[in-house]
Amino acid sequence: MASVFSGAPPMSGPGYSFKQTPTVASSGNREHSFYPYTDNGGSTLGISGADFTILAGDTRSTSGYNINTRYAPKLFKIGSEGPDGAGARIVLSVVGFAADGDALKERLDTIVKMYKYQHGKPMSVAACAQRLSHILYNKRFFPYYVHAILGGLDEEGRGALYSYDPVGSYEREQCRAAGAAASLIMPFLDNQVNLKNQYMPGSGVGHALEQRVPEPLPKKDVEELVRDAFTSAVERHIEVGDGLQMMIITKDGIQETFNKLKED
Amino acid sequence: MNHLPQAWGRPRDDVYGAYDSSHLQTSGPNQHTQSPVVTGTSVVAVKFKDGVVIAADNLASYGSLARFTDVKRLRRFNSQVVVGFGGDVSDMQYLDRLLNSLDIRENYSSASDSPLHAKNLHTYLSKVMYKRRSDFNPLWNHLLVAGLDGEQKPFLASADLLGTTFASSTLATGFGAHLAQPILRRTVPDEDSVQKVTKEQAVELVKECMKVLFYRDARSMDKYSIAVVTKEGVDLKEDEKLEKQSWAFAEGIRGYGTQIN
Amino acid sequence: MFRNNYDNDSVTFSPQGRIFQVEYAQEAVKQGSVVVGVVSKTHAVLAAIKRNAEELSSYQKKIIPIDSHYGIALAGLASDARVLSNFMKQQSLASRLTYDRAIPLSEITTRIADRAQTNTQQYGRRPYGVGLLIAGVDAKGPHLFEFQPSGVTQEMVACGIGARSQMARTYLERNLDEFDDASREELIKHALRALKESLSQDKELTIDNTSIGVGGVNENFKLYEGQEIAGWLETTFESRESAPEGGEGMEVDS
Repeated sequence: MASVFSGAPPMSGPGYSFKQTPTVASSGNREHSFYPYTDNGGSTLGISGADFTILAGDTRSTSGYNINTRYAPKLFKIGSEGPDGAGARIVLSVVGFAADGDALKERLDTIVKMYKYQHGKPMSVAACAQRLSHILYNKRFFPYYVHAILGGLDEEGRGALYSYDPVGSYEREQCRAAGAAASLIMPFLDNQVNLKNQYMPGSGVGHALEQRVPEPLPKKDVEELVRDAFTSAVERHIEVGDGLQMMIITKDGIQETFNKLKED
Repeated sequence: MNHLPQAWGRPRDDVYGAYDSSHLQTSGPNQHTQSPVVTGTSVVAVKFKDGVVIAADNLASYGSLARFTDVKRLRRFNSQVVVGFGGDVSDMQYLDRLLNSLDIRENYSSASDSPLHAKNLHTYLSKVMYKRRSDFNPLWNHLLVAGLDGEQKPFLASADLLGTTFASSTLATGFGAHLAQPILRRTVPDEDSVQKVTKEQAVELVKECMKVLFYRDARSMDKYSIAVVTKEGVDLKEDEKLEKQSWAFAEGIRGYGTQIN
Repeated sequence: MFRNNYDNDSVTFSPQGRIFQVEYAQEAVKQGSVVVGVVSKTHAVLAAIKRNAEELSSYQKKIIPIDSHYGIALAGLASDARVLSNFMKQQSLASRLTYDRAIPLSEITTRIADRAQTNTQQYGRRPYGVGLLIAGVDAKGPHLFEFQPSGVTQEMVACGIGARSQMARTYLERNLDEFDDASREELIKHALRALKESLSQDKELTIDNTSIGVGGVNENFKLYEGQEIAGWLETTFESRESAPEGGEGMEVDS
């Protein structure tokens, strides 16, 4: 029994994205204690452009090898006027422990609504981003077990994307993948969005090689990139699949799309 | 350098050996439920074009002992919703009392002409479950909520002891998630196919699942409750018996069913 | 000089069975500028006159959208209304969070009524000096509720409160039969006409001093102000001047 949870993390064998050893007592008569987290799998991704931000996530929800449902959205409109999501300008994506994700979404949504009620104007993405960081950090000793990505348009109308760890560290980025297949998607994004390891043709060899300079991608290219990232992730990760939900934030509002992914 | 943050600040395993976590205190005063005691097994449910069918057997087990054989695990709420309970029976009874008081409160309030529907009730129950798990005092249950939503469309969703929620055209808790879900999904693979399923088909499907569960789930029983929720209300039967059982498959398997030598 | 001994607090009855502090609070409502509300089978409309303290100041806030399905119009102490509206906002958000339900208007009305009532029964407290019209749509369709400082609430088909609101109510009573089947536009016009009735003769409804709030079935409650209401003001008064109905325009301020 003691070997099941022996302090040090196991370095071998297949594991789910969040599966790590709980540090509980492992004395002779170990009790089955309550562990308040689970991993519901799935992946999310966000890319910001010159005048838009795209957030995407698959819609599968899992527990272990079971599929709970094929449609559980991980993307949420924040601060909308009604239940239909009209009037929202910010999108939050959460992946990890779905119950915490939902709770986090509802807290942020309430805060943004109260902000609008009290100040008579919508909250800026930068303000919302910092507030989200504080919400997460305030619960650092019993964290929301989620990787959050927040997207919108900044004060200048440029695409804004913020990514978070479960305890509130955050930064603004061009692109970010999170969740079960983050390790599969992120390197692809590094290469295709930030042009990592891409060099100017004929610029030389060795140190003379010149990095290609990344610049904001057009919307159409980004959409294609997102689709490719997810169809590939579905092939290689069992917790990702069923459906792809996308939200595209532009000055005209939020456009939402849904496409089927493989259900295997 | 160990790159896993959880190892930071601890003595190095390769120098000092693995940390003896038996020193960690798990029991102190004020203990909360750490495991269920008397339990109910699977609940299965499926949507059809006019509503939802939900079923659960009438057994409450004490470990491997079939302790109580007449426990009703489906609960009707205000003639529009049915909640199915898997997991700890005492926690189920607590939730039952909670729903009773909610029902009474709603009936006395000025809003009683627009009663809580299945979606309202599921949201409420999931908040209760999430609050309790966040207090490290979980209600050890997995619930299915069946009924109609605000637009009178079939509604089926789940909430568990962690506060996790999801909705689907077919749902099953516990063992049913492994054994019944695949059978249900064969007929109702997605939301679109719900429209093609009649009440009779759905009832037949759920009964088939109850039978398979009785064959293979050692903590199950052949007496069960089944409810059909439609616009017309709730049709709840609490004393059904599995029909057309066929144990022929077991004959060739040694140790399965009643066998001599 | 006669001095009333029974109006020092809101917990003491007069020998006639009156609570003067509550009645004074109701006087405060009559000091506020007029607001009206009307409902049809599909819509609920609020309209209000905004006052500005002086030419250089901004206008008061008379209509407050609370949740996406309803809003309130106030007459009386605006600061008391703000406290109530904050409470209503909280309760509405809580209802959406815990039940995923838009709070029924009858429910939120009784909740503020209960609050107002406790103020009339505890020593050292003061009744709210504000009257509210609560209008919007819930699961049971459009509603209009009237709230008074005494804690009395009533569901109304049409209602007007505030200074000289009797004129507005007279208009509403006369046109009562038309409201039920009125279209969105017609209902707004009725509200504006009722509002106009209460105005002293040297005053006009302008885009600066008028607020309109509209809620409807499958339509979020929205506040219209400024240029957004220019069209409604224009069409409403055009029809009044071209076809004056049954001398209603001749109502004299008495």
